[in-house]
Amino acid sequence: MTSLLRFEEVALRRGGRLLFEELEFTLGAGEALQVTGPNGSGKSSLIRLAAGLLRPQHGRVERSPLALADDNLALDADLPLGRALSFWGGDVPRAMEALGIAHLAEVPVRLLSSGQAKRAALARVVASGAPLWLLDEPLNALDGDGAERVGQIIADHLRNGGAILAASHQPLPSEPPRLELGA
Amino acid sequence: MTAKLIARDLRRAFTGAAWLPIVFFLLVAALVPFAIGPDARLLSRVGPGALWIAALTAALLPVERLVEPDRAGGVLDQLFLNGMAEESVAFAKIVAHWLSFAPLLLVAAVPASALLALDGRALATTEIALLIGTPGLASLALAIAAVTAGLPRAGSLAGLLLLPLAVPLLIFGAADAYLLEGAVSLLLTAGAPFVTGAAIRATRT
Repeated sequence: MTSLLRFEEVALRRGGRLLFEELEFTLGAGEALQVTGPNGSGKSSLIRLAAGLLRPQHGRVERSPLALADDNLALDADLPLGRALSFWGGDVPRAMEALGIAHLAEVPVRLLSSGQAKRAALARVVASGAPLWLLDEPLNALDGDGAERVGQIIADHLRNGGAILAASHQPLPSEPPRLELGA
Repeated sequence: MTAKLIARDLRRAFTGAAWLPIVFFLLVAALVPFAIGPDARLLSRVGPGALWIAALTAALLPVERLVEPDRAGGVLDQLFLNGMAEESVAFAKIVAHWLSFAPLLLVAAVPASALLALDGRALATTEIALLIGTPGLASLALAIAAVTAGLPRAGSLAGLLLLPLAVPLLIFGAADAYLLEGAVSLLLTAGAPFVTGAAIRATRT
Protein backbone atom coordinates (compact mmCIF):
# COMPACT_ATOMS: atom_id res chain seq x y z
CA MET A 1 0.00 0.00 0.00
CA THR A 2 1.37 3.42 -0.93
CA SER A 3 1.47 6.04 1.79
CA LEU A 4 -0.01 9.46 1.15
CA LEU A 5 1.60 11.06 4.20
CA ARG A 6 4.51 9.78 6.21
CA PHE A 7 6.21 11.35 9.27
CA GLU A 8 9.63 9.94 10.17
CA GLU A 9 11.14 10.84 13.56
CA VAL A 10 9.78 14.36 13.27
CA ALA A 11 10.57 16.99 15.88
CA LEU A 12 9.19 20.51 15.87
CA ARG A 13 10.27 23.44 18.00
CA ARG A 14 8.30 26.69 18.02
CA GLY A 15 9.35 29.78 19.93
CA GLY A 16 12.07 27.87 21.78
CA ARG A 17 9.61 25.23 23.02
CA LEU A 18 9.73 21.63 21.89
CA LEU A 19 6.20 20.74 20.73
CA PHE A 20 6.88 17.12 19.87
CA GLU A 21 9.71 14.83 18.86
CA GLU A 22 10.17 11.31 17.51
CA LEU A 23 6.74 11.63 15.91
CA GLU A 24 6.09 8.79 13.48
CA PHE A 25 3.01 7.79 11.57
CA THR A 26 1.89 6.85 8.09
CA LEU A 27 -1.40 7.56 6.36
CA GLY A 28 -2.35 5.30 3.49
CA ALA A 29 -5.28 5.32 1.08
CA GLY A 30 -8.60 5.31 2.92
CA GLU A 31 -7.03 6.19 6.28
CA ALA A 32 -7.77 9.10 8.57
CA LEU A 33 -6.05 10.36 11.69
CA GLN A 34 -7.40 12.86 14.19
CA VAL A 35 -4.89 15.01 16.06
CA THR A 36 -6.12 15.98 19.50
CA GLY A 37 -4.60 17.82 22.40
CA PRO A 38 -5.09 20.92 24.55
CA ASN A 39 -4.76 24.47 23.18
CA GLY A 40 -1.16 25.26 22.33
CA SER A 41 -0.11 21.64 22.04
CA GLY A 42 0.85 22.08 18.39
CA LYS A 43 -2.12 20.69 16.47
CA SER A 44 -2.15 23.50 13.91
CA SER A 45 1.64 23.43 13.68
CA LEU A 46 1.47 19.71 12.94
CA ILE A 47 -0.99 20.42 10.13
CA ARG A 48 1.25 23.15 8.66
CA LEU A 49 4.23 20.82 9.00
CA ALA A 50 2.31 18.15 7.06
CA ALA A 51 1.48 20.75 4.40
CA GLY A 52 5.15 21.72 4.00
CA LEU A 53 4.47 25.28 5.19
CA LEU A 54 6.75 24.65 8.18
CA ARG A 55 9.97 22.70 8.23
CA PRO A 56 10.72 20.15 10.95
CA GLN A 57 13.80 20.67 13.16
CA HIS A 58 14.51 17.00 12.80
CA GLY A 59 13.19 14.11 10.75
CA ARG A 60 11.43 13.85 7.42
CA VAL A 61 7.92 14.39 6.08
CA GLU A 62 6.82 12.82 2.79
CA ARG A 63 3.54 13.90 1.26
CA SER A 64 1.46 13.45 -1.84
CA PRO A 65 -0.48 16.35 -3.45
CA LEU A 66 -2.70 17.83 -0.79
CA ALA A 67 -5.36 20.39 0.03
CA LEU A 68 -5.50 22.41 3.23
CA ALA A 69 -8.42 24.04 5.05
CA ASP A 70 -7.34 26.14 8.03
CA ASP A 71 -8.39 29.45 9.56
CA ASN A 72 -7.34 31.37 6.47
CA LEU A 73 -10.09 31.35 3.90
CA ALA A 74 -7.82 32.35 0.95
CA LEU A 75 -10.81 33.62 -1.03
CA ASP A 76 -11.10 37.16 -2.41
CA ALA A 77 -13.49 38.97 -0.09
CA ASP A 78 -15.04 41.22 -2.75
CA LEU A 79 -15.90 38.41 -5.19
CA PRO A 80 -19.06 36.29 -5.23
CA LEU A 81 -18.34 32.95 -3.57
CA GLY A 82 -18.69 30.91 -6.77
CA ARG A 83 -16.13 33.00 -8.66
CA ALA A 84 -13.78 33.18 -5.67
CA LEU A 85 -13.77 29.39 -5.36
CA SER A 86 -13.28 28.85 -9.10
CA PHE A 87 -9.93 30.71 -8.90
CA TRP A 88 -8.56 27.58 -7.21
CA GLY A 89 -10.05 25.31 -9.89
CA GLY A 90 -11.65 21.88 -9.71
CA ASP A 91 -15.29 20.89 -9.70
CA VAL A 92 -16.65 23.88 -7.78
CA PRO A 93 -20.43 23.40 -8.30
CA ARG A 94 -20.32 19.82 -7.04
CA ALA A 95 -18.19 20.80 -4.03
CA MET A 96 -20.56 23.66 -3.13
CA GLU A 97 -23.47 21.25 -3.43
CA ALA A 98 -21.74 18.78 -1.09
CA LEU A 99 -21.27 21.46 1.58
CA GLY A 100 -24.77 22.87 1.15
CA ILE A 101 -23.65 26.32 -0.02
CA ALA A 102 -24.73 26.14 -3.69
CA HIS A 103 -27.34 28.84 -3.03
CA LEU A 104 -24.57 31.23 -1.86
CA ALA A 105 -22.72 31.26 -5.21
CA GLU A 106 -23.64 34.89 -5.91
CA VAL A 107 -23.02 36.18 -2.37
CA PRO A 108 -19.79 38.16 -1.85
CA VAL A 109 -17.32 36.29 0.34
CA ARG A 110 -17.08 39.16 2.85
CA LEU A 111 -20.78 38.74 3.74
CA LEU A 112 -20.51 35.06 4.70
CA SER A 113 -21.03 34.05 8.32
CA SER A 114 -18.20 32.18 10.02
CA GLY A 115 -20.02 28.86 9.55
CA GLN A 116 -20.60 29.58 5.87
CA ALA A 117 -16.95 30.60 5.51
CA LYS A 118 -15.89 27.29 7.07
CA ARG A 119 -18.06 25.42 4.57
CA ALA A 120 -16.50 27.48 1.75
CA ALA A 121 -12.98 26.56 2.88
CA LEU A 122 -13.98 22.89 2.97
CA ALA A 123 -15.58 23.24 -0.49
CA ARG A 124 -12.23 24.51 -1.79
CA VAL A 125 -10.61 21.32 -0.44
CA VAL A 126 -13.31 19.06 -1.93
CA ALA A 127 -13.04 20.77 -5.33
CA SER A 128 -9.24 20.42 -5.39
CA GLY A 129 -9.43 16.66 -5.96
CA ALA A 130 -6.18 16.21 -3.99
CA PRO A 131 -5.72 12.75 -2.47
CA LEU A 132 -4.58 14.09 0.92
CA TRP A 133 -6.73 16.47 2.95
CA LEU A 134 -5.39 18.46 5.88
CA LEU A 135 -8.22 19.88 7.95
CA ASP A 136 -7.61 22.24 10.86
CA GLU A 137 -10.67 22.27 13.16
CA PRO A 138 -13.13 21.30 10.39
CA LEU A 139 -16.12 21.37 12.75
CA ASN A 140 -15.56 24.84 14.23
CA ALA A 141 -18.51 27.21 13.74
CA LEU A 142 -20.57 24.55 11.96
CA ASP A 143 -24.18 23.78 12.83
CA GLY A 144 -25.71 20.28 12.97
CA ASP A 145 -26.32 20.17 9.22
CA GLY A 146 -22.77 21.37 8.53
CA ALA A 147 -21.23 18.72 10.79
CA GLU A 148 -23.31 16.05 9.08
CA ARG A 149 -22.11 17.19 5.64
CA VAL A 150 -18.48 17.18 6.84
CA GLY A 151 -19.01 13.59 8.01
CA GLN A 152 -20.37 12.76 4.56
CA ILE A 153 -17.50 14.33 2.56
CA ILE A 154 -14.95 12.69 4.87
CA ALA A 155 -16.58 9.27 4.41
CA ASP A 156 -16.76 9.77 0.60
CA HIS A 157 -13.14 10.88 0.40
CA LEU A 158 -11.89 7.87 2.41
CA ARG A 159 -14.01 5.48 0.36
CA ASN A 160 -12.46 6.93 -2.83
CA GLY A 161 -8.95 6.14 -1.58
CA GLY A 162 -8.09 9.49 -0.06
CA ALA A 163 -6.45 10.18 3.29
CA ILE A 164 -7.25 12.78 5.93
CA LEU A 165 -5.26 14.36 8.72
CA ALA A 166 -7.59 16.45 10.87
CA ALA A 167 -6.85 18.52 13.96
CA SER A 168 -9.91 18.84 16.15
CA HIS A 169 -10.80 18.84 19.81
CA GLN A 170 -14.34 17.76 18.96
CA PRO A 171 -15.02 14.12 18.07
CA LEU A 172 -15.13 13.66 14.29
CA PRO A 173 -18.16 11.88 12.79
CA SER A 174 -16.26 8.84 11.49
CA GLU A 175 -14.28 8.44 14.77
CA PRO A 176 -10.86 7.89 13.20
CA PRO A 177 -7.82 6.78 15.26
CA ARG A 178 -6.40 9.55 17.44
CA LEU A 179 -2.98 11.04 17.87
CA GLU A 180 -2.76 12.80 21.24
CA LEU A 181 -0.31 15.68 21.56
CA GLY A 182 0.82 16.73 25.03
CA ALA A 183 0.64 20.37 26.12
CA MET B 1 -1.58 29.56 -12.75
CA THR B 2 0.78 32.50 -13.36
CA ALA B 3 -1.57 34.07 -15.91
CA LYS B 4 -4.53 33.47 -13.61
CA LEU B 5 -2.71 35.17 -10.73
CA ILE B 6 -1.76 38.17 -12.90
CA ALA B 7 -5.39 38.55 -14.03
CA ARG B 8 -6.64 38.24 -10.46
CA ASP B 9 -4.15 40.79 -9.07
CA LEU B 10 -4.99 43.21 -11.88
CA ARG B 11 -8.70 42.88 -11.18
CA ARG B 12 -8.04 43.53 -7.49
CA ALA B 13 -5.92 46.59 -8.29
CA PHE B 14 -8.56 48.12 -10.58
CA THR B 15 -11.57 47.35 -8.41
CA GLY B 16 -9.55 48.76 -5.51
CA ALA B 17 -7.86 52.09 -5.88
CA ALA B 18 -5.53 51.90 -8.87
CA TRP B 19 -6.37 55.52 -9.69
CA LEU B 20 -5.24 56.73 -6.26
CA PRO B 21 -1.46 56.71 -6.98
CA ILE B 22 -2.16 58.44 -10.30
CA VAL B 23 -4.18 61.21 -8.65
CA PHE B 24 -1.39 61.50 -6.09
CA PHE B 25 1.15 61.76 -8.93
CA LEU B 26 -0.83 64.59 -10.57
CA LEU B 27 -1.28 66.31 -7.23
CA VAL B 28 2.46 66.33 -6.51
CA ALA B 29 3.12 67.65 -10.03
CA ALA B 30 0.51 70.38 -9.44
CA LEU B 31 2.15 71.39 -6.16
CA VAL B 32 5.54 72.09 -7.72
CA PRO B 33 4.50 75.37 -9.48
CA PHE B 34 3.00 76.57 -6.21
CA ALA B 35 6.21 75.75 -4.36
CA ILE B 36 8.74 77.31 -6.76
CA GLY B 37 6.63 79.94 -8.47
CA PRO B 38 5.20 80.34 -12.00
CA ASP B 39 8.51 81.08 -13.81
CA ALA B 40 8.16 78.84 -16.91
CA ARG B 41 11.91 78.61 -17.56
CA LEU B 42 12.66 77.52 -14.04
CA LEU B 43 9.71 75.10 -14.08
CA SER B 44 10.77 73.43 -17.30
CA ARG B 45 14.27 72.97 -15.85
CA VAL B 46 13.13 71.26 -12.66
CA GLY B 47 10.10 69.62 -14.37
CA PRO B 48 11.56 66.21 -15.31
CA GLY B 49 13.07 65.78 -11.84
CA ALA B 50 9.80 66.78 -10.20
CA LEU B 51 7.96 64.20 -12.34
CA TRP B 52 10.36 61.54 -11.13
CA ILE B 53 9.87 62.42 -7.50
CA ALA B 54 6.10 62.35 -8.07
CA ALA B 55 6.38 58.94 -9.74
CA LEU B 56 8.50 57.56 -6.87
CA THR B 57 6.07 58.66 -4.18
CA ALA B 58 3.12 57.41 -6.23
CA ALA B 59 4.75 53.98 -6.56
CA LEU B 60 5.09 53.86 -2.79
CA LEU B 61 1.35 54.29 -2.09
CA PRO B 62 0.07 50.77 -2.87
CA VAL B 63 3.00 48.92 -1.22
CA GLU B 64 0.99 47.84 1.82
CA ARG B 65 -1.64 46.00 -0.18
CA LEU B 66 0.70 44.21 -2.60
CA VAL B 67 1.65 41.25 -0.40
CA GLU B 68 0.29 41.58 3.12
CA PRO B 69 -3.42 40.87 2.42
CA ASP B 70 -2.49 37.68 0.56
CA ARG B 71 -0.15 36.59 3.35
CA ALA B 72 -2.71 37.21 6.09
CA GLY B 73 -5.55 35.66 4.07
CA GLY B 74 -3.69 32.43 3.35
CA VAL B 75 -3.58 33.00 -0.42
CA LEU B 76 0.23 32.71 -0.50
CA ASP B 77 0.00 29.39 1.41
CA GLN B 78 -2.60 28.02 -0.99
CA LEU B 79 -0.56 29.08 -4.04
CA PHE B 80 2.39 27.16 -2.57
CA LEU B 81 0.16 24.10 -2.00
CA ASN B 82 -0.97 24.38 -5.63
CA GLY B 83 2.66 23.84 -6.58
CA MET B 84 3.51 27.42 -7.49
CA ALA B 85 7.03 28.47 -6.51
CA GLU B 86 7.27 31.67 -4.46
CA GLU B 87 9.45 33.15 -7.19
CA SER B 88 6.70 32.59 -9.77
CA VAL B 89 4.18 34.19 -7.42
CA ALA B 90 6.53 37.16 -7.08
CA PHE B 91 6.99 37.41 -10.85
CA ALA B 92 3.23 37.37 -11.45
CA LYS B 93 2.71 40.04 -8.80
CA ILE B 94 5.43 42.27 -10.28
CA VAL B 95 3.86 42.04 -13.74
CA ALA B 96 0.39 42.79 -12.34
CA HIS B 97 1.68 45.70 -10.26
CA TRP B 98 3.52 47.19 -13.22
CA LEU B 99 0.45 46.87 -15.44
CA SER B 100 -1.73 48.47 -12.78
CA PHE B 101 0.27 51.68 -12.39
CA ALA B 102 2.85 52.24 -15.17
CA PRO B 103 0.54 52.67 -18.22
CA LEU B 104 -1.69 55.04 -16.23
CA LEU B 105 1.38 56.91 -15.00
CA LEU B 106 2.66 57.37 -18.57
CA VAL B 107 -0.72 58.83 -19.55
CA ALA B 108 -0.86 61.05 -16.47
CA ALA B 109 2.61 62.38 -17.28
CA VAL B 110 1.09 64.28 -20.23
CA PRO B 111 -1.14 66.63 -18.18
CA ALA B 112 1.57 66.74 -15.52
CA SER B 113 4.09 67.98 -18.10
CA ALA B 114 1.71 70.81 -18.99
CA LEU B 115 1.59 71.84 -15.33
CA LEU B 116 5.40 71.95 -15.30
CA ALA B 117 5.78 73.84 -18.61
CA LEU B 118 7.67 70.98 -20.27
CA ASP B 119 7.95 71.14 -24.05
CA GLY B 120 7.26 68.15 -26.31
CA ARG B 121 10.86 67.01 -26.43
CA ALA B 122 11.29 67.09 -22.64
CA LEU B 123 8.01 65.21 -22.26
CA ALA B 124 9.13 62.53 -24.74
CA THR B 125 12.47 61.94 -23.02
CA THR B 126 10.76 61.78 -19.62
CA GLU B 127 8.18 59.32 -20.94
CA ILE B 128 10.92 57.06 -22.30
CA ALA B 129 12.82 57.29 -19.02
CA LEU B 130 9.66 56.42 -17.06
CA LEU B 131 8.96 53.49 -19.38
CA ILE B 132 12.45 52.13 -18.76
CA GLY B 133 12.45 52.84 -15.03
CA THR B 134 8.98 51.73 -13.94
CA PRO B 135 9.60 47.94 -14.21
CA GLY B 136 12.50 48.39 -11.78
CA LEU B 137 10.32 50.54 -9.56
CA ALA B 138 7.50 47.98 -9.58
CA SER B 139 9.96 45.17 -8.75
CA LEU B 140 11.50 47.15 -5.93
CA ALA B 141 8.06 47.97 -4.51
CA LEU B 142 7.07 44.31 -4.53
CA ALA B 143 10.29 43.09 -2.92
CA ILE B 144 9.92 45.67 -0.16
CA ALA B 145 6.24 44.86 0.27
CA ALA B 146 7.22 41.22 0.86
CA VAL B 147 10.10 42.05 3.21
CA THR B 148 7.87 44.26 5.37
CA ALA B 149 4.71 42.08 5.17
CA GLY B 150 3.25 41.41 8.58
CA LEU B 151 5.42 43.94 10.40
CA PRO B 152 3.86 46.72 12.47
CA ARG B 153 3.93 50.13 10.72
CA ALA B 154 4.97 48.37 7.50
CA GLY B 155 3.94 51.37 5.39
CA SER B 156 6.41 53.83 6.90
CA LEU B 157 9.12 51.20 7.03
CA ALA B 158 8.56 50.45 3.33
CA GLY B 159 9.05 54.13 2.53
CA LEU B 160 12.31 54.23 4.45
CA LEU B 161 13.55 51.17 2.56
CA LEU B 162 12.25 51.94 -0.91
CA LEU B 163 13.25 55.57 -1.41
CA PRO B 164 17.02 55.13 -0.82
CA LEU B 165 17.10 52.00 -2.97
CA ALA B 166 15.35 53.86 -5.79
CA VAL B 167 18.06 56.58 -5.87
CA PRO B 168 20.05 55.01 -8.75
CA LEU B 169 16.89 54.83 -10.86
CA LEU B 170 16.15 58.44 -9.99
CA ILE B 171 19.66 59.67 -10.87
CA PHE B 172 19.89 57.95 -14.25
CA GLY B 173 16.20 58.42 -15.07
CA ALA B 174 16.14 62.16 -14.41
CA ALA B 175 19.43 62.55 -16.32
CA ASP B 176 18.01 60.67 -19.35
CA ALA B 177 20.93 58.22 -19.12
CA TYR B 178 18.83 55.47 -20.67
CA LEU B 179 21.51 52.76 -20.79
CA LEU B 180 22.52 53.09 -17.16
CA GLU B 181 18.90 53.47 -16.08
CA GLY B 182 18.02 50.37 -18.11
CA ALA B 183 20.83 48.44 -16.43
CA VAL B 184 19.59 49.38 -12.96
CA SER B 185 15.99 48.63 -13.89
CA LEU B 186 16.97 45.26 -15.35
CA LEU B 187 19.01 44.37 -12.28
CA LEU B 188 16.09 45.21 -9.97
CA THR B 189 13.58 43.34 -12.14
CA ALA B 190 15.79 40.26 -12.35
CA GLY B 191 16.64 40.20 -8.65
CA ALA B 192 13.27 41.09 -7.13
CA PRO B 193 11.49 37.73 -7.70
CA PHE B 194 14.20 35.95 -5.70
CA VAL B 195 14.25 38.49 -2.87
CA THR B 196 10.44 38.44 -2.77
CA GLY B 197 10.31 34.64 -2.86
CA ALA B 198 12.77 34.32 0.02
CA ALA B 199 10.85 36.97 2.00
CA ILE B 200 7.55 35.15 1.48
CA ARG B 201 9.09 31.90 2.73
CA ALA B 202 10.56 33.68 5.75
CA THR B 203 7.19 35.18 6.76
CA ARG B 204 5.56 31.74 7.08
CA THR B 205 4.89 30.83 10.67
